[in-house]
Amino acid sequence: MSTPTLLDIQGLDKFFGGLHVTRNVSLVLAAGDRVGLIGPNGAGKTTLINLITGTLEPSAGRVFFSGVEVGGLSQPQRVKLGLARTFQITQLAANLAIERQVELAIHERLGSVHHMWRSVDSYASVRSEAQAILTTLGLDELALRTPAELAYGEQRLVEIALAIALQPKVLLLDEPMAGVPAAERQLVLDALASLPPDLAILMIEHDMDLVFSFAKRVVVLADGAVLAEGPPEAIRRHAAVRKAYLGTEA
Amino acid sequence: MSADLKDGGTFAAQKNAATPAAQLHQTAWPYLLLIAIACVVYFVFPNQLPLAARIAGMAIFVMSLDLVVGYGGLATLGHSAVYGMGAYACGIAATYVTGDPFLGLLIGAAAGAALAALSGLFLLRFEGLTFLMLTIAISQIAQNLASKLRTWTGGDDGLSGFAIGKLLGFASFDLQGRVAFIYCFTVMLVCLYLMRRLMGSPFGFACQGIHQNRIRMAATGTSIRGQLQKLYVLSGAFAGVAGALSAQVNQIIGLDTLGFELSAEALVMLVLGGAGSLYGAIAGTAIFMGIHDIASSINPYHWLFIIGGMLVFVVLLPRERWLAQLRRGLGAFGQLNSRRT
Repeated sequence: MSTPTLLDIQGLDKFFGGLHVTRNVSLVLAAGDRVGLIGPNGAGKTTLINLITGTLEPSAGRVFFSGVEVGGLSQPQRVKLGLARTFQITQLAANLAIERQVELAIHERLGSVHHMWRSVDSYASVRSEAQAILTTLGLDELALRTPAELAYGEQRLVEIALAIALQPKVLLLDEPMAGVPAAERQLVLDALASLPPDLAILMIEHDMDLVFSFAKRVVVLADGAVLAEGPPEAIRRHAAVRKAYLGTEA
Repeated sequence: MSADLKDGGTFAAQKNAATPAAQLHQTAWPYLLLIAIACVVYFVFPNQLPLAARIAGMAIFVMSLDLVVGYGGLATLGHSAVYGMGAYACGIAATYVTGDPFLGLLIGAAAGAALAALSGLFLLRFEGLTFLMLTIAISQIAQNLASKLRTWTGGDDGLSGFAIGKLLGFASFDLQGRVAFIYCFTVMLVCLYLMRRLMGSPFGFACQGIHQNRIRMAATGTSIRGQLQKLYVLSGAFAGVAGALSAQVNQIIGLDTLGFELSAEALVMLVLGGAGSLYGAIAGTAIFMGIHDIASSINPYHWLFIIGGMLVFVVLLPRERWLAQLRRGLGAFGQLNSRRT
């Protein structure tokens, strides 16, 4: 039995004025997929994620999620369908404790974020779920701290915790290792390993060791277009990819 | 329940306060402190009751401003439009329909919320400086409309001559301002309680999240404009209550209730007390109006020098820093005392 397609991107194009940053990109993600998206700086990787999540409107092309076209939907509406993301530069609420932020993501998923009368502290099940997520990622000891009190690698984990709290079907990871010091890399690697197996993941990353060990399929973007797509070993040997991005040493 | 913006790191304290009695104590003491201060004012400074009543009424307005500025992160200079709308709605209702004080408050709240809902649909499409400028424009439009609609508002002469009924059927507003003070203070306490509930709820924390990082909250699935629209309407309802209260106590409504200057003054009060803290909003209002009363009686032309100086102090020395200093000082004092005992 084939795995159902969750995310289907068809011929996406994006222009910023005269600059053509995304060129006819098509991509398919099914449940449980682990796809690496690589390419040189300026290849249009983050733009592609922004187009998928609805942060940017495509100039042409269509995005389907679970068979439904999501082109006209806002980013929050797409999140509710099951599309979550993390950011290249961490985006967290500066003065809220991380446990509270995870709780808010759970409230958002459950719809209780609209409740105006009941104290946020009275939702015992939400709190225990948030604590469980933080414990899974090894953040339980830091639950009461604000992002400013965390190391950068730990902030990366909080982003992943927030995504997990949304129980997404597709997770878009934008350079989860960017800026993470060597001493904290293992934290992120463990977190990635602990993600649910049926979750479809598209990961942008410049760390080739991580990409080739994590991904079952790799997509290479260059100048906004798909240069190559295939299993990691095939991509490693791909002449055009070696020339454009990996180099001859890879 | 804690609703202050800077409470992000204090959940340990909340968790430790596990017993219902401890939670009640934690929730109740600020109200008890405010009631104690009110008792002191009532019995020790009876001549200052009209001023204290005005402070209580204005504190509701500044707290409502805090909801949008301090919690929602929407810098506005047009909040007086909803305040004035509440005042005029209450005054017009008292002139033509009913002078019942509590109904008047409800009418003021509904009018404030309605104007906030309408203007919010347009204003919340914008951010930053554009939003700020447009809020001033809304305030100017409201003021000019009120000036033109003389039949209803009295125009430049203001709306007066309406009668306000007895509170609970027996208490009339007296010249000494005793009833007005008790009334305004009670309404302020109720509004404080409601706003704290609101900001301590998941909705309130989501608004704080939006203030701190819109990109994050949108990525978490939060409808930014939807949540801010609700916050804006609720804030408008509270500002409308404050306006209605002012109309009932003063029994005259002028065009200045809709003006930009009132919004600016309220913003100064909020900054003085500390945006993002409802107690700060009350303290800032009391400080501003108290200094206004004392300093303007000494020098009616230059009293703003003192407020200006205080603003410089507050801006240069953020609240977190001097609160931390105060805590350190109190901690050292406590240790000294414990050694003595």
